[in-house]
Amino acid sequence: MSIRINVTVNGVAYSHDVEPRLLLVNYLRDVLRLTGTHVGCDTSSCGACTIHVNGKATKSCTMLAVQADGSDITTIEGIAASDGELHPLQEGFRECHGLQCGFCTPGMIMTAADILQNCADPTEEEIRAGLEGNFCRCTGYHNIVKSVQYAAAKMKEVTV
Amino acid sequence: MSTTNGLIGKSVKRVEDKRFITGHGRYTDDIVLPHQTYASFVRSPYGHAKILSVDITEAKAMPGVVAIFTGADVAAVNGVPCGWQVNFKNGDLMKEPKHPLLVADKARHAGDAIAIVIAETQAQAVDAAEAVVVEYEELPAVVDASKAAEAGAPLVHDDVPNNTCYDWALGNPIDEVNAALATSAHVTSLEFVNQRLVPNAIEPRAYNASYDEYGDKYTLYTSTQNPHLIRLLMCAFVLGIPEQKVRVVGPDVGGGFGSKIFHYTEEALLTWATRQIKRPVKWTSTRSESFLLDAHGRDHITKADMGFDAEGNITALRVKTFANLGAYLSTFASCVPTYLHGTLLQGLYTTPKINVDVTATFTNTTAVDAYRGAGRPEATYLLERLMDLAAHEMNMDPAELRFKNFIPPFDGVTQPGYQTQVALQYDSGNYHGVLEKGLEMLGYADLRKAQKEAANNGKLIGIGFSTYIEACGIAPSAVVGSLGARAGLYEVGQVRVQPTGKVSVYTGSHSHGQGHETTFAQVVADKLGIPMDDVEIIHGDSESVAFGMGTYGSRSLAVGGSAIVKSIEKIVEKGKKIAAHKLEANADDIEFAEGKFTVKGTDKSVAFADVALTAYVPHHYPAGLEPGLDFSSFYDPANFTYPFGCHIAVVEVDKETGKVQLKRFVAVDDVGNIINPMIVDGQIHGGVVQGVGQALFEGAEYDENGQLTNGSYMDYCMPRADDFPMIETGTQVTPCPHNPLGVKGAGEAGCIGSTPAVVNAVIDALWSGGHKVKDIRMPLTSERVWRAMQ
Repeated sequence: MSIRINVTVNGVAYSHDVEPRLLLVNYLRDVLRLTGTHVGCDTSSCGACTIHVNGKATKSCTMLAVQADGSDITTIEGIAASDGELHPLQEGFRECHGLQCGFCTPGMIMTAADILQNCADPTEEEIRAGLEGNFCRCTGYHNIVKSVQYAAAKMKEVTV
Repeated sequence: MSTTNGLIGKSVKRVEDKRFITGHGRYTDDIVLPHQTYASFVRSPYGHAKILSVDITEAKAMPGVVAIFTGADVAAVNGVPCGWQVNFKNGDLMKEPKHPLLVADKARHAGDAIAIVIAETQAQAVDAAEAVVVEYEELPAVVDASKAAEAGAPLVHDDVPNNTCYDWALGNPIDEVNAALATSAHVTSLEFVNQRLVPNAIEPRAYNASYDEYGDKYTLYTSTQNPHLIRLLMCAFVLGIPEQKVRVVGPDVGGGFGSKIFHYTEEALLTWATRQIKRPVKWTSTRSESFLLDAHGRDHITKADMGFDAEGNITALRVKTFANLGAYLSTFASCVPTYLHGTLLQGLYTTPKINVDVTATFTNTTAVDAYRGAGRPEATYLLERLMDLAAHEMNMDPAELRFKNFIPPFDGVTQPGYQTQVALQYDSGNYHGVLEKGLEMLGYADLRKAQKEAANNGKLIGIGFSTYIEACGIAPSAVVGSLGARAGLYEVGQVRVQPTGKVSVYTGSHSHGQGHETTFAQVVADKLGIPMDDVEIIHGDSESVAFGMGTYGSRSLAVGGSAIVKSIEKIVEKGKKIAAHKLEANADDIEFAEGKFTVKGTDKSVAFADVALTAYVPHHYPAGLEPGLDFSSFYDPANFTYPFGCHIAVVEVDKETGKVQLKRFVAVDDVGNIINPMIVDGQIHGGVVQGVGQALFEGAEYDENGQLTNGSYMDYCMPRADDFPMIETGTQVTPCPHNPLGVKGAGEAGCIGSTPAVVNAVIDALWSGGHKVKDIRMPLTSERVWRAMQ
């Protein structure tokens, strides 16, 4: 049995028949071939699969594709400006060495974007608390926190 | 060769980042090949069980199933080999039971593979695997390294008596050590467990194997730290396929930490299976499988005694360790508790007598092998716990006790290396320096005052030290060969100057987070005096990189980087001959600097790119010189490198709950010369958090039946962002005297130094409150710390 879903991903409208048990992350990776969203666990713990569903950070392994019907989705591939200018968080991660192997990075950036959406000027403690659901085994989180601080400062500059 | 454009030593931003921050990294699971099939495994739910029957009838008829193979199908195929031979004390060879690609007789650990199911989709493979019916007879299991060696323990392998893979000793004769301890003014003794850890690279292991029947060629994409090593082991030892017929590619790899060094059964099985079905087969481990299958780390049970004279000088060290190898011998498992552990027990101290005795046993658990630090964290934990505990027991300051016992500074150039009691010769060191700097960064005296005040107010603050050394830059082939390594541990670096003067560098050092694409390019661009944009680093593909031994043991820059420098030297030497011809001068009179070949003492010069072009368009060319500018070098190091450092943790312990809060962490590391300080800092941060993870959060727990009871992220506590303060890093530079870059390696330092510092800090906090506790078993959960205070 398949169910038809209509979703917008990174500004592009898609329509697919999917198995009801298909996870949203597998829809993105295997059907749309957007492989920037990663799978790091099977318990919704690691956050490598974090994307935005209707503007909110969501672990895409915790949601079925059919539940996303009608949603507006942004993945790491769609977070930069349409002219290719990097999102301040992408820039921050590069400037502050916020990544090493890069596997957790897309999820980190998508989660951090949600943090900054909700709080333009977070404290270090708030950043750390906000990233608590995303695992990184390489960086010790130190430079990830700095990357988010960099982006927050940069985004404030732009708004001012 | 002198530095020419100052790129060495600069925190250059990483060139590899763009693909990762935009979601365009290419990991093995991202790769889908034409006519792709997907694999799922039938795995033992038991820790130890006889396999009575395997029925695949129903599964085979399931939708989309392409093939199912069981242990019977691969009975004639070799198992995966071990790369290091350790002998028993009596000279007998270690026990090497077969590690088959699929088991047919019995399952020896939970997760042991019984059948592989291959189907058109991943979901179909999983569905069909669930339909395979296996009848088991559960057997009694053994999971504890020392109990495994006891008479009457269940046998993991029927032909390995007492489950003992080997016993082994190193150092001074035990009688001498016993005598020294017996006459010591004070002996500090500690029995402890260095618990089992799960590496948990965030990318689960993944493989995609394909076979081209018309060219009789195989391709294996694998999440590995060393593609060439996998090719060698798989072709020569397991499948018997000619190496030139196999291409092994390690594309982007999402972290390794040791767990992706090893040749796993699934790599060979998928490569074998693709030949059977003549379609590509892909398998990506679930996280649950990662917990059960990726080689674990540590798992030592140790009793150690350290003697002191009345002034606090160390007189002797005696160590007895039981090391858990798990159910099968993983690729480097045998050398971890021996040559990477026993050999490091000199630490930074002048201990005159040392004896270490290791018994390594098989158990009904996941295989144990090298995990970030590999043996060296275990050695450091042992020594540094003893040092802080001895300081408490003798009522001395732990920093003072260390200063008293440190090996005096030596540069390894004008002063010789330091010969230890346990086989190694340290290259260069200034151990006083890192501790002095650590104390200064910490504000030690003030902090001790604050600790006293806090204790008076009922608050428990602790300061814990760890001054560590590690053996990196693995390794001089002749030395490791004499110790049992079955491979050379050199590295290969090819520098191909293109006709336009742009440079392609092929290295056997795989990068999976370390930033080689940046650091290596810095070295090459600096040495050749060209922009970094003109240099491309290529790694991870056995068809483009001639050969390689891979990335582990903090070896990439020290060994792989040195191989590249060797090739650059050859490029410059040949370039001088070409330049001499162009400039009508003698090659001996040509010097190379800032990207130009110049006749000494003149302004006559020719640019690097012009020389490159001449090499490839040799119309006017020195007689007898070959065209082209392309050199490959093998670099075999003269010695290990020996990074060292001082880590200090400050914790607060909640008296009511036992909860530990890490307040500060100071890390002063001396990793030799530094190419990119930003990247070195990043390596230290990550290592420290991983090491603190062992101290406070992590630990694999098996029940007596061989069930891993915390085999998921819901149960195994990973370090998280909100568990940590910012890490305060400091640097000291004592160059390595024996490699051309003077580098020592930074990948494992953080993970080696940090664990005992944190545990020592907690113990120190408890002593400050009058709880004279010797040990708390890691991880130091609230409950364990609270119980220790009762």
